[in-house]
Amino acid sequence: MNYRAVRAIYLFEMARTWRTLLQSIVSPVVSTSLYFVVFGAAIGSRISQVEGVSYGTFIVPGLIMLSVLTQSIANASFGIYFPKFTGTIYEILSAPISYFEIVLGYVGAAATKSIILGLIILATAGLFVPLHIHHPVWMLAFLVLTAVTFSLFGFIIGIWADGFEKLQMIPMLVVTPLTFLGGSFYSIDMLPSAWRTVALLNPVVYLISGFRWSFYEIADVSVSVSVGMTTAFLMICLVLIWWIFRTGYRLKN
Amino acid sequence: MSSIISVANLSKTYGSGFKALNNVNLDIKPGEIFALLGPNGAGKTTLISIICGIANPSEGKVLVGGENIQTSYRKARSLIGLVPQELHTDAFESVWATVSFSRGLFGKPKNPAHIEKVLKDLSLWDKKDSKIITLSGGMKRRVMIAKALSHEPQILFLDEPTAGVDVELRKGMWEVVRTLQQSGVTIILTTHYIEEAEEMADRIGVINKGEIVLVEDKATLMQKLGKKRLTLHLQGKLDALPESLGHYELDLCDGGATLVYDYDTKGERTGITSLLGDLRTAGIRFNDLDTTQSSLEDIFVDLVRAS
Repeated sequence: MNYRAVRAIYLFEMARTWRTLLQSIVSPVVSTSLYFVVFGAAIGSRISQVEGVSYGTFIVPGLIMLSVLTQSIANASFGIYFPKFTGTIYEILSAPISYFEIVLGYVGAAATKSIILGLIILATAGLFVPLHIHHPVWMLAFLVLTAVTFSLFGFIIGIWADGFEKLQMIPMLVVTPLTFLGGSFYSIDMLPSAWRTVALLNPVVYLISGFRWSFYEIADVSVSVSVGMTTAFLMICLVLIWWIFRTGYRLKN
Repeated sequence: MSSIISVANLSKTYGSGFKALNNVNLDIKPGEIFALLGPNGAGKTTLISIICGIANPSEGKVLVGGENIQTSYRKARSLIGLVPQELHTDAFESVWATVSFSRGLFGKPKNPAHIEKVLKDLSLWDKKDSKIITLSGGMKRRVMIAKALSHEPQILFLDEPTAGVDVELRKGMWEVVRTLQQSGVTIILTTHYIEEAEEMADRIGVINKGEIVLVEDKATLMQKLGKKRLTLHLQGKLDALPESLGHYELDLCDGGATLVYDYDTKGERTGITSLLGDLRTAGIRFNDLDTTQSSLEDIFVDLVRAS
């Protein structure tokens, strides 16, 4: 194991976060605060409670997941795409480092940033609404699992993309709609039964449901199903990355 | 002496069907400067990319320091430093950070003293805290060399190292390369500048259309293929060569004002003595004479045309 190489990639990526602090941390926190103002205060005042929890408090896990999902993908996809774009990927490919170590460095850094961001948003939410986390260990477990899984997904997008347009396409056209429709701002029990069935095809529902359960012990689907679905998506991402490196897809001629 | 790099039956066909390398065999000796010459698209960069792990071979085997580049890639790659043709740099990083990053990638512990030495050797020390985006093209090229040297490689690949670099800086880089060779580093360089190969290389390989056309010691190559030309500036113009000189391969040039005689330096007899005697007998006098030797560039062009 080339630990020093993993560390070099990890620290290099983390250094980019501190260099672009406004874009990496401050901007998502401001966006989330605006969600609280709009959804929590303006709309929430017209909705009394959801399953015994005030609306403002109810949307906290969904808002955190929204940021963690999008930032994990953005961080990891940009992290591997940028060396491809600038050509500095030659250095990674010619170094004595395994594919696993490359993924560990890039995905580790992307997931770390997302987790830090998620915790900052959680702290920010505490300024707006009263919070109580029933299962903090499960909350952290869901946060880490989601950050890692979607960082892996972002890594795949970064390898696949051959232009900045493609880099934005999946997050903008697929992930954001799925997140909004995945119960960030509502319980899918509030949907008509037909739409509820459709909603269950959305993998993000399971992430948000499990994460919300760790906060308030309320869930749209059972926790074991949430864990199982997230783990299944993680495994799919791992298999895809294994295939990318085995074939050299978009990395090696 | 065993090879530090051994390429055997290496072929590369891209997905488009283009065959970039065709059954290439090549051995690089430890400590030498090997210049790989070839026209654009000859396969130079593909060959380097495969040896360094950037491209996958279609067939064949490559050993670096006795280690297979595919089955023992960690050991093989740790011996190599690569300076690619294009200026690929992290624009927003400082010189110090990017060179240190390269050392870390190769699994080496931090060694600020070594990084300092490399930067000083490459006249980059006063720019160590500058962002790469602020550097000139020549400085960026040196940063790339510094990155390649950061992990103390035994083999250094320089793919067109002085492309786009001014003459003064180019000579400075040649000095750096010579110093590296003296410290025991094996250097493989590709270049379009024939004078660069002529100036620096111990051995020269010529590649064309994905095949190695020739590998030879530079001096031997120059001697073996080098031709010399004797030019005689005549006192009076000639309309035609006399019959007595018909057995010499002479060209009457400049409207009959000069006689040009090409001869082979490897031959036992150049024929110059007898030519001068026969000229005198024929009553042809000359004011001046000069000789020129064909350059490596002439040899290279001849070889590529022949292949």
